Amino acid sequence: MKKKTPDRLLLAHGSGGRLTHELVTGTFLPALDNPFLACLSDAAILPELPPGRPALTTDGFVVDPPVFPGGDLGYLSVCGTVNDLSVAGARPLWLTWGLILEEGADGDLISTCTEGTARAASEAGIQIVAGDTKVVPRGKGDRIYAVTAGLGVVPPGREISDHRIEEGDVVIASGPLGDHGATIMATRHGLDTGDLCSDAAPLTGLIESVFDAGIDIHSMHDPTRGGVLTVCNEVAERSGKQIVLTETAIPVQPQVRAVCEVLGLQILGLACEGRVLAWVSADQADRALEAFHNHPQGRGAAIFARVEGSTEGEIPVVMETEVGSTRPLDMLSGTDLPRIC
Amino acid sequence: MSEAPEFRDPKAIAGLIHEIKTLAEDVDHQVTLMEVCGTHTHAVAQAGLRQMLPKGVRLISGPGCPVCVTPVDYLDRALALADLPNTTICTFGDLMRVPSSLSSLEEAHADGKPIEIVYSPRDALDKARANPHQRIVFLAVGFETTVPTIAAAIAEAEATDVDNFLILPGNKVMPPPMRALVEDQELKVDGFLLPGHVSVLTGWECFRFLAEDYDVPGAVVGFAPADVMRGVADLLRQARAGTAEITNLYSRVVSSSGNQVAAKIVEKFFEPVATIWRGFGEIPGSGLGLRSKYSHRDAGLIEVELPPPHEPEGCACGDVLRGVIDPPECSLFGTACQPATPVGACMVSSEGTCAAWYRHERLTGVNR
Amino acid sequence: MCLAIPMVLEERTEFEGVVELDGIRRNISLMLLPDAEVGEHVLIHAGYAIGSVNAEEAAETLELLREYADNMADL
Repeated sequence: MKKKTPDRLLLAHGSGGRLTHELVTGTFLPALDNPFLACLSDAAILPELPPGRPALTTDGFVVDPPVFPGGDLGYLSVCGTVNDLSVAGARPLWLTWGLILEEGADGDLISTCTEGTARAASEAGIQIVAGDTKVVPRGKGDRIYAVTAGLGVVPPGREISDHRIEEGDVVIASGPLGDHGATIMATRHGLDTGDLCSDAAPLTGLIESVFDAGIDIHSMHDPTRGGVLTVCNEVAERSGKQIVLTETAIPVQPQVRAVCEVLGLQILGLACEGRVLAWVSADQADRALEAFHNHPQGRGAAIFARVEGSTEGEIPVVMETEVGSTRPLDMLSGTDLPRIC
Repeated sequence: MSEAPEFRDPKAIAGLIHEIKTLAEDVDHQVTLMEVCGTHTHAVAQAGLRQMLPKGVRLISGPGCPVCVTPVDYLDRALALADLPNTTICTFGDLMRVPSSLSSLEEAHADGKPIEIVYSPRDALDKARANPHQRIVFLAVGFETTVPTIAAAIAEAEATDVDNFLILPGNKVMPPPMRALVEDQELKVDGFLLPGHVSVLTGWECFRFLAEDYDVPGAVVGFAPADVMRGVADLLRQARAGTAEITNLYSRVVSSSGNQVAAKIVEKFFEPVATIWRGFGEIPGSGLGLRSKYSHRDAGLIEVELPPPHEPEGCACGDVLRGVIDPPECSLFGTACQPATPVGACMVSSEGTCAAWYRHERLTGVNR
Repeated sequence: MCLAIPMVLEERTEFEGVVELDGIRRNISLMLLPDAEVGEHVLIHAGYAIGSVNAEEAAETLELLREYADNMADL
């Protein structure tokens, strides 16, 4: 199929007529090539699901800038959706990909994001089976937004839930935290990040390899918006059990620390787009960590927190600091704005 | 990491705590130490330092958060300017959520008003250069650490004829409110942890008056946990010995006379004026206004309609800023006023005493 | 109002410089610190260098802190 992308998006590219058809067949289909999409029908008729319980998720992607060191909005849109399914214990199968484009958006940007989507789909082993394109007038959008849905299946016998978390569990981070958030904030504020780039990546292979090693994971979450702070506070609330972080055990790259120092941001509030936090029982801790380390995406995994008793009368999430004190860790209230004071 | 690991070494901290405890035992009264820098408030809270101090040492926060001491009418004026045609407001992120009489910059932004967050006054200057038909107003708040950067931006604007770059003056300087604090009968401060980065610019000599005129010791300290603890130890030593000196414990960046280049640039464009501090009322010579020669850069001279100033009821930010009460003693603290739903400035700013207290001190309970 | 970070001055022109910390770089103004030398640590605040780090004083402070740590080990 010949690939042809317009120089810039016009309103007509979203009106369902000839230009829309050209955009779909010239830009999206060549990159996302698969039998479901190729038939260009109103709905993708899927084969029967493998055994297990179906899992369905939805996600929206509005990242600014849409192209950043280590990825782009398209790549991110597949990773984010696939990871939502994977951390719920599901094997991702099929995604939908809807675009809201802004009149005047650069054609190369759309191409780049489409190629990113295709690359992520290939890495994750999923197919984009349905899509949609709308174009809004200039000023009513921000170049490109993507909205997705993802369908997967949780294999029989697998149960991932915060209610399975027990006192004594440990929390493993699959790699250094905050790379994505730090990269985005640094890029937005004119810092040269050197070799720091987004951690965006599909986690399915990593997570399945940990299951394959016989580890019984109680619960998992990916620390996206709001970072580890949000995940831990939400989990503490849902599980009713306190989480205690050990500051010296938190895996963080020096460049991420530097970005946070320069901009006055909290490391634990930064988003990750290719990391998972996993709760496992204490007796499995060593084997689980080894399983993470054995996978290329898990080399930097570390145990950084533990689960204590009931949150009744206690601060739900606390951190044992490097200097020997203990302090509460709350969610970010509002966006974490770069501080000067 | 920008500072060497020794500054966060738990063994070094433990050694300093040991010294502090030994010194505190030798002093026959509770020692009240005050820090007057929002970044110190934040640093103490982040490292959970207060809970490591012995009972005889009380560390309180003063008016060190420039956002918190900015009176409500400054925000009202900024919002009124945002309503004017062809006018864009540029501000440090810290000001976005501070409540004005009716709203906030964050809410006005949501309503579509032209308000942008910048990291540096230079960013606002660049915006002015790129948009010659827009009047760019930079919200000039901050203490002596920040004032020279604003003065430098104005100098650049003057030198390169960027006529559409203005500031709304709101900068303040530290010594006058500190004088008011030591003269305050309600407050008894035994020593000050002095602001390390303000001192980089001003030199530590500008705090000498505390020791010489009021017999109150001060220690200039940096922001790492070990820096703060060294300061506490020094002030306890002085309390025990009954001395009153200004010790420079941040000598790696602070000198006695400070940054003279910066001082000259500030002096060229700014002059001391009386200004209102939340909680203190008007303090003479405590603010910096633009010299009349540069009135073309003063957005405060633009006529705007202001709402009647309104402070939220029950808000005790003023008393908190003067160190007279601890945050939990404010009736709104932790209930109506929390970081997620802040009522007063002290809770809004991440360096505000109340925000720091709520976020990081809840484990330890009361400081008194 | 004092968030200022020590970073290394990697290169400079008359009024501008590039500073670095752990691989992160930023363009800053040297208008307030015109005599800053390439290779020295400077304090960066709001896009400007406001002061420089005195290496000897820094070393002395570090030594002092190491002593505190060592003394605790002996206790």
